[in-house]
Amino acid sequence: MSETKAIRRDLANAPSCLRGEGVTRYFHTGKITTKAVDHVNFDFHEGELVSIVGESGSGKTTLSKMLLGLLKETDGKIYFQGKPRDISSRAKLKEYWSGIQAIFQDPFSSFNTFNKIDTVLLDCINMRGGKNLPKEKKIEMMTEACSFVNLKFAELTNKYPFELSGGQMQRLMIARIFLLKPKILLADEPTSMIDACSRATILDMLLQLRDEIGMTVIFITHDIGLAYYISDSIYIMEHGKFVESGPADEVILNPQAPYTKRLISDVPKIHEPWDLSTV
Amino acid sequence: MKNTLRQVFHSSKFLVGFIIFVAILLTMFIYPLINPGNPLEMIGVGTFARPGTYVSLYDAAKTPTETLRLADADDKRLAKQLSDEDRVAMVEWFSATGVDIEGLDISDTDALLELWRANYDPAVKPKGMTQAKRNYYKRLDAAIKEVGAADTLIIADTGEGGALEKQGAITKTDYVNVGQVANVKILPLGTDNFGRDVLKELVSAAGTSIVIGLLAGLVATLIGLSLGLLSGYVGGICDDIIMFITNIFTVIPGFVLLILISYSIGQEQRGAAVVALVIGLTSWTWTCRSVRSQVISLRNRDHVNLSKLSGHSLFRIILTDILPYIASYVVMAFILQVSSGILAEAQLSLLGLGPKTTEVPTLGLMMNWAMLYSAHTNGSWWAYFPVILTITLISFSLNLMNTGLDQVFNPTLRD
Amino acid sequence: MSKTMLEVKGLTTKYVTRFREDVYAVDHVSLKIEQGKSLGIAGESGCGKSTLALSLMGYYFPPLHYMSGDIIIDGKNISGMNPDDVRKNVLGTEIAYIPQAAMNALNPTRKIHKFIEDVILAHDPKANKKEIYEMAKGRFQELGLPLEALDKHAVELSGGMKQRVVIAISTILKPKVLIADEPSSALDVTSQKMVIKMLRDMMDKGFIQAMIFITHELPLLYNVTDDIMVMYAGQIVERGSAKQMVFDPVHPYSRGLMNSILVPEEGTRDAKLTAIPGTPPNLKRPPAGCRFAERCRYAKPACFYNQMPVLEFEDGRTYRCGMTVDELREIYRKEDAEAEQAPAASEGDGPVRLTKGV
Repeated sequence: MSETKAIRRDLANAPSCLRGEGVTRYFHTGKITTKAVDHVNFDFHEGELVSIVGESGSGKTTLSKMLLGLLKETDGKIYFQGKPRDISSRAKLKEYWSGIQAIFQDPFSSFNTFNKIDTVLLDCINMRGGKNLPKEKKIEMMTEACSFVNLKFAELTNKYPFELSGGQMQRLMIARIFLLKPKILLADEPTSMIDACSRATILDMLLQLRDEIGMTVIFITHDIGLAYYISDSIYIMEHGKFVESGPADEVILNPQAPYTKRLISDVPKIHEPWDLSTV
Repeated sequence: MKNTLRQVFHSSKFLVGFIIFVAILLTMFIYPLINPGNPLEMIGVGTFARPGTYVSLYDAAKTPTETLRLADADDKRLAKQLSDEDRVAMVEWFSATGVDIEGLDISDTDALLELWRANYDPAVKPKGMTQAKRNYYKRLDAAIKEVGAADTLIIADTGEGGALEKQGAITKTDYVNVGQVANVKILPLGTDNFGRDVLKELVSAAGTSIVIGLLAGLVATLIGLSLGLLSGYVGGICDDIIMFITNIFTVIPGFVLLILISYSIGQEQRGAAVVALVIGLTSWTWTCRSVRSQVISLRNRDHVNLSKLSGHSLFRIILTDILPYIASYVVMAFILQVSSGILAEAQLSLLGLGPKTTEVPTLGLMMNWAMLYSAHTNGSWWAYFPVILTITLISFSLNLMNTGLDQVFNPTLRD
Repeated sequence: MSKTMLEVKGLTTKYVTRFREDVYAVDHVSLKIEQGKSLGIAGESGCGKSTLALSLMGYYFPPLHYMSGDIIIDGKNISGMNPDDVRKNVLGTEIAYIPQAAMNALNPTRKIHKFIEDVILAHDPKANKKEIYEMAKGRFQELGLPLEALDKHAVELSGGMKQRVVIAISTILKPKVLIADEPSSALDVTSQKMVIKMLRDMMDKGFIQAMIFITHELPLLYNVTDDIMVMYAGQIVERGSAKQMVFDPVHPYSRGLMNSILVPEEGTRDAKLTAIPGTPPNLKRPPAGCRFAERCRYAKPACFYNQMPVLEFEDGRTYRCGMTVDELREIYRKEDAEAEQAPAASEGDGPVRLTKGV
């Protein structure tokens, strides 16, 4: 326990990687305004694994899209590596995307079923400026990436993503991140569609990858147990707002906000009794 | 791709539709080779010659004859000459004179004639029968007797003095071999009101109509697809503008618009291509709407987001991440557009707003002509029925192909 | 010993795919539930747990086909009955089934009490509508559901409320056995807790005599049911009490599953997650031997071609494996000791110790 705490102190002093001030996103349908994300502040440090925990409809997906630059924020400022994020032009956006990448929830819809696996991986090499590398070098890089996630490139080449299982697809996604080596990885429920047995493998690879290239991982999930298990710090989101944030142990074992308390008490547990009388 | 094609051709519905359509296409290419010439050439002078084999009388008379004595030749001749009214009149005579006609069938020429020969007497004056009617019976009797008599037709020509000179004679037992007659014309579907070979015209018209349909379908699908993609993927103000235009086109009934545009272009400017263009320009809206809704559901898929994160351009994302997913749908929509294009042309032409009548026949124009010359009231079924059948077959085959494709691409919606 | 409420003997059912291939999704399943007890079924997606739930109703329609075996509810064998009889005399009164998306089954244009009328009138055409309404009111009160819900349309209720209402409707005739197939997976945790509380209440108050609860969420299963049964590739691989199964699983597959449990409580961060490599076998061509052999780390050559026997322990727990309990426990003990000493992450196949921190 003391060891983890020491690590946490280190992280608090690590330089900021992604910081948000009053980040807001409203959606308008007719006269109704939905506050999907409502003035949230956050500060993710370099090398940190941060979890954003919220139930469906809490705005975590909207926030993740804003962090990725896929959605414009209504209000607020986002700082990338200490400087205000500038994604005003396509070239700048592309530049930003070389620093932040994502893994999505559903591996079956994350791949273009008309592209071969090679295309997916080659795309990553091209994006890193490896367009003019000799073919052998490219194959070597792809093989390395695949072996990192325990896949064999020789078996995958000329195959289509839909010929793989869900777990393998998600591993391929990680191989993609391995090739891209971004500063930040945004993982949006990467294990929720995968069987429990393969989950450990995916998580393990994500963590290995983080250690290998020293990136920040933003883990978005509804599973508070999973978030507790892997994160350094946790942000609890409710109705577009962060109700509580802090180091994982503090947030989970000593929750302050009523929502966090309720959330934790509502999740069935193993060692502690699950109190059904509180509903 | 290969797999998809195999699946498509495993669908019995698609296959049947495809075979019918290819058969029609093949006929369009092969028939003109067998029977070349201008399909709009007026070969007949009268209107609506019945379908059948036409033998040149002139050439037949000049063809060497063979003598065949056929026992039933006279009866057949009579049967062809006795009209239905004559037969009814004969029965009238029998009943007026009290002849027993129990069990007589007026289409049975032999029995009728036998009864007539046995009972007719010009001297009898049945009660209440006018002189004119009695004279009619005398003429009828004479005609019947004449067929029975050994008659000869004299062929004469004006000689040097201007008087007729006998050139030859045709007896009732003279026969010529059709194969030896220099001019025999088979008109399987007769001729139309202008005396044009209907079959030849029909084949050419089907071709033109399919081309019009394809062109209209292509124009409609291209416009609908590109506007749908733009409006669905780009969204925002672009979506608003495109949907505004689309809604305007949807609100105005397409066919009314079609009629107005066709009318304002004027008869002279309306070639087949222009009509196709006009049809295409008025029927793209539903393709646009459905492509848009499909694109909207696709653009939020993770693979599109991933493509964006990979820094791909808008054009590339549309081309590689959106278009392949809706391709099967677009092909299906295109087939339906072709089918409805052909029908729209037929409707327009039937109203007289189709292509110029002097250049090419179309299925719609043929219907228009048949209608103008009252083919449907004077019993000339061959002038319009084969046309209707062709239109039906074409759109049936196209719709069948579409249904087959639908079964292959959306298996969960059916079964 | 209390009365056996549901007994299944050697039940085998199959699916016929679009390409006319047979998939034996439930293969010789035998189980027993006593009055007042609940049984949880766990397993990965595609292991046959939902098919088992459908098969237990005795109401088969294509592509699901009955092959062999008996389903005995409270002494009455329903497996051989024709579908019409099953629908009239078994469903609703003997057995009730709640699928995951049950809440979407309500016709949005009708009021809730109309559905209850339908259910009761289908079994008793002479029932008085007013009495039905009063009875429904009583039931809702006992289950802690708001009475206003009876006069509302389905669209006016929240997802969790809808799900609870559907459960109340489907158990209005007090079925002996309730089969709940992931009844709370589509809900948020608070609604989930409410659904579970209601199911518990129904057991306590005797509206249902026995329950089968199917879910892939093991912590939930642990808290809801008395017994847990783990399915793999259409077969039962282990069954025991909830506590035994979670803290002392015997079958390698159960162990893998239990080691993937993550809950927000102290000690979770030090847990070791186990990954099971590979994917479940294709049930169109099931393996000749042990179905789990391909993914089993302890498989011996014989496992690949011998059918595995179902072994039973002293206290009635059963498991399907070629090794004895002592052999397996010895292996696990060694493995734990090793993992304790070498906490570094190993390759994807085997227990992985996640590397945390920088």
